[in-house]
Amino acid sequence: MPVEIDIARVAHLARIALSDEELEAYGEQLVHILEHAERVQALPTEGVEPTSHPLPMVNAFRPDTVTGSLDRDDALAGAPDAENGYYRVPKILDES
Amino acid sequence: MTQWEAVIGIETHVELQTNSKMFCGCPVDFGDDPNTAVCPVCLALPGALPVPNEAAIEGILSIGDALNCTLTEDSLFYRKNYFYPDLPKNYQISQYTFPLCVDGHLDVDVDGEPTTIGITRVHMEEDTGKSTHVGESGRIHGAEHTLLDFNRAGVPLVEVVSEPDIRSPEQARAYGVELQRVVRTLGVSDARLEEGSMRFDANISIRPAGSDELGTRTEVKNVNSLRSMQRAIAHEIERQIAVVEGGGSVTLETRHWDEAKGVTKPGRTKEESADYRYFQDPDLLPLHIDDAWRERVGARRPALPAAKRAKYRELGADPRTAELLADATDLAALFEAAVSAGGDARNTGIWLTGEVVAYLRREDATIGETGLGADALVELSSMTAGGDLSATAAKEVLGGVLAGEGSPRQVAETRDLLQISDEGAIEAEVSAVLDQHQDALEKIRSGDMKPIGFLVGQVMRATGGKADPRLVQELIRRKAQG
Amino acid sequence: MTDLADLTIAEASAGLRSGELSAVDLLDAVERRAAVSEAHLHAYLTLDRAGAKSAAQAADEALAAGDPRPLLGIPIALKDNMVTKGVETTASSQILAGWKPPYDGTAVRRLKEAGAVIVGKTNLDEFAMGSSTENSAYGPTRNPWNTDTVPGGSSGGSAAVVAVGSALGAFGSDTGGSIRQPAALTGTVGVRPTYGLVSRYGLIAFASSLDQIGPLARTVPDAATLLEAVAGWDPLDATSYHGDVPAISRSLDTGVKGLRVGVVTELTGEGIDPQVLAATKATIDRLSDAGADIVEISIPAIEHALSAYYLIAPAECSANLARFDGVRYGLRVDGSTTEEMMAKTRAEGFGPEVTRRILLGTYALSAGYYDAFYGQAQRVRTLLRNEFAAAYDQVDVLVSPTSPTTAFEVGAKTEDPLTMYLSDICTIPTNLAGDAAISVPVGLDDAGLPIGFQIMVPALGEEVMFQVAAEVERLAAFTARAPLATSEVVAP
Ligand SMILES: [Mg+2]
Ligand SMILES: [Zn+2]
Repeated sequence: MPVEIDIARVAHLARIALSDEELEAYGEQLVHILEHAERVQALPTEGVEPTSHPLPMVNAFRPDTVTGSLDRDDALAGAPDAENGYYRVPKILDES
Repeated sequence: MTQWEAVIGIETHVELQTNSKMFCGCPVDFGDDPNTAVCPVCLALPGALPVPNEAAIEGILSIGDALNCTLTEDSLFYRKNYFYPDLPKNYQISQYTFPLCVDGHLDVDVDGEPTTIGITRVHMEEDTGKSTHVGESGRIHGAEHTLLDFNRAGVPLVEVVSEPDIRSPEQARAYGVELQRVVRTLGVSDARLEEGSMRFDANISIRPAGSDELGTRTEVKNVNSLRSMQRAIAHEIERQIAVVEGGGSVTLETRHWDEAKGVTKPGRTKEESADYRYFQDPDLLPLHIDDAWRERVGARRPALPAAKRAKYRELGADPRTAELLADATDLAALFEAAVSAGGDARNTGIWLTGEVVAYLRREDATIGETGLGADALVELSSMTAGGDLSATAAKEVLGGVLAGEGSPRQVAETRDLLQISDEGAIEAEVSAVLDQHQDALEKIRSGDMKPIGFLVGQVMRATGGKADPRLVQELIRRKAQG
Repeated sequence: MTDLADLTIAEASAGLRSGELSAVDLLDAVERRAAVSEAHLHAYLTLDRAGAKSAAQAADEALAAGDPRPLLGIPIALKDNMVTKGVETTASSQILAGWKPPYDGTAVRRLKEAGAVIVGKTNLDEFAMGSSTENSAYGPTRNPWNTDTVPGGSSGGSAAVVAVGSALGAFGSDTGGSIRQPAALTGTVGVRPTYGLVSRYGLIAFASSLDQIGPLARTVPDAATLLEAVAGWDPLDATSYHGDVPAISRSLDTGVKGLRVGVVTELTGEGIDPQVLAATKATIDRLSDAGADIVEISIPAIEHALSAYYLIAPAECSANLARFDGVRYGLRVDGSTTEEMMAKTRAEGFGPEVTRRILLGTYALSAGYYDAFYGQAQRVRTLLRNEFAAAYDQVDVLVSPTSPTTAFEVGAKTEDPLTMYLSDICTIPTNLAGDAAISVPVGLDDAGLPIGFQIMVPALGEEVMFQVAAEVERLAAFTARAPLATSEVVAP
């Protein structure tokens, strides 16, 4: 199947702001890579379970105990913008 | 003119009251101080990894079990990918295929009428942080910037998805009430809508009555009380009918309930079709719930509200009383004790949910602080049944017992409320009254029964209201016949 | 006398315990080596002089008190995608420039507890995505064997510092070969442990189901010592192995007599440089002479491993790297809305290879394509695992070259991603299978560049892996040092 990519939509889903030139370049590279990656589709895999975990283990849990939190100053130390104990971001909605 | 039918499905999010968060050791019970219950995991610092809280898994299994679900043997965590500033990882750990609980149902009563609402799935996920929108509006619309507090991020969240089996705002509310009762009975969450520890989103569409097609649905969010959920749904149904009958068509969208204005409004300014790119979370192992675990969950199941209601009805309480008793553990205990000791179920139930509840509210007391015990209720029942007490007198006696004036009989005697049921004594009074009212007696003999009421009233007055009216009437009839 | 920077960990430990040398002297030696070699290599992103100094002093006191901890006083380096409390950690990305973590990763904590002296943080391909350490936002690292060539990647910085002696050992991470391939290109020993043997807590994630932390060292026994210090279950990593740690160094001296060694057909033919192939065959012959039974083993699914890897790894990374959004840490580029701020921040913060893989993974997971790409790749992964399992029914270990070529020139493959991706064809299958593998230097090509030999084992097969690796090391008698390590510019 020929690889079709709506690269602008992909870039938006990934939240990466790219110029039209960049979009075009990445679009071509992705098609190129996917035309090779596509080969996996040649393999017959009916009834084959997908692997998502290398080790055959289940049920790794932690006990319901409070083990402590970060000091707020340490938590906010790396923040690009903070305001009396909160992380601060620009407005959410584009209402312009 | 078309009859419209509403098709409603409800998604409920319930915060579990565990000690620690879903995937880290931060406390779930935090104060108002922002970003004080956060760590590398729930802040999504580079390199941090989630480890599931076993108590949260037990909590969701209890909910699934109580909702008659199948507990999935092999279940998986997925990543739900979307960017939003209150979501630290920009993906939410949730479940997709193979949720922990599937195919259940919840039986609810809509004014005494039992209805079954299907439960599609119950799955485990994590809560987001809290946003405070800064600007005159104080809301997301027209905000200048937004402040983020991640204390709530990572709190265990259970999502309960109903089938679109709900047909009216009343049913929707009954479903919400019952789900809240179940969660509280299990003790896994305080399920408070005002505090957001229980949240409802309603998917609503309309269709011509009898059709089995589904219309375009809207999702109504932001209802923070059961009452406002009912109002929001009622309004949304009317809105959709108006749209369709006005020749328009309903658009698939999220709408927000405006409590003040009593209307739903479109949500985001621009609605983009979501693509969550779900895939199994490689940081988390599969969940395996074996038979032994499933049995442990079933074994610890408490008596659930529906079961209690059924039991009280079987014992003889009317549906409304049964419902009230199911919500009041201490009254219910007294009810069961009294009835099993021979007390009359109907009266006992009505007394408890009527006079007793009113008294406790008035006095701001608990049942234990009053003089009322099962034995007293049994005695009261038998005195009423035996004709020693009129219905009104019984209630007055109950008041005295509650106030600690003694047993029903003692109260009835000291307050002089016992009925005369000695036939001889009453017969004398009846004859005296009939002698004074020959004309009335004649009327009755000629087949006009109207005066009986009047004569009974005369005898009651003569006996200071203590005669058993049924017996008085009986005697008058006998004498009239000859 | 020899420069202390040229000692192995085993030699240094002996010297420290006998009192012949001090941890402070050892640290001075590697820092002096770094002072000269860094001008040529750019292998370190951060040198934590103060932290290292106090750790070395503490080590000397403990040594005086007879403290037996194996890594006490040993100067090591950490790949800069390993989170270190209070020490800048960037994963070689602009988006994390200046980030000082408030916590230590589990492996880092265990190394500190073992008494190791952490010299600094090493360069890598941004977020470990690459095979040459050219994709670093802070500039490429060069190969001490020939500074016109790359050290491999993504753990190129860690490989280079070990090869040149600006640390006695180092740690890297291996998602598709990022420890073994640079080890091969720098004449060092590199270990990719079994998935789950070393905690990933505090390793900045690239592809969670493939990532593993592992050691690089000058010798096989040194690599075993480093791995033993970090291996074992961690309650902070749900995917860490909850069982007994293999006896990593028990059989180092046992030899290979009677062991069954499988030569992987698909990795010893077309696509492999003739000189690399020759060195591989020579090593196999030596193993045969040493008493191992050699058999040919075919694993056909390997033909599809690269394709599956380039769907699975980008898909996982597209979600793992979503947290870099300019809200809680790292770079922020302002925008009128939060969405615009995030998109601009990520556009400026991520380099081209990272952007490419995020876009690739986002696409492979998106509606309508999931099954054809990500889903199918995960099923191919199962087929590959089954074929490996069948192979290990017949043999104890599988062998191949580590890298199809020796070190290539800086810039040679940066233009075409696909040719760069081919650098990992021999190493990727182990990651997809979740198994362990090691690269041991076995010779030099005509250009005097090192050649690595790969030994693969099933999950938790580390004991036999080190057993064979130690024998390969003895038989190869590879004693050559990187010219830069021995040139008079660095001689004291
Ligand atoms: Mg949800
Ligand atoms: Zn936390």
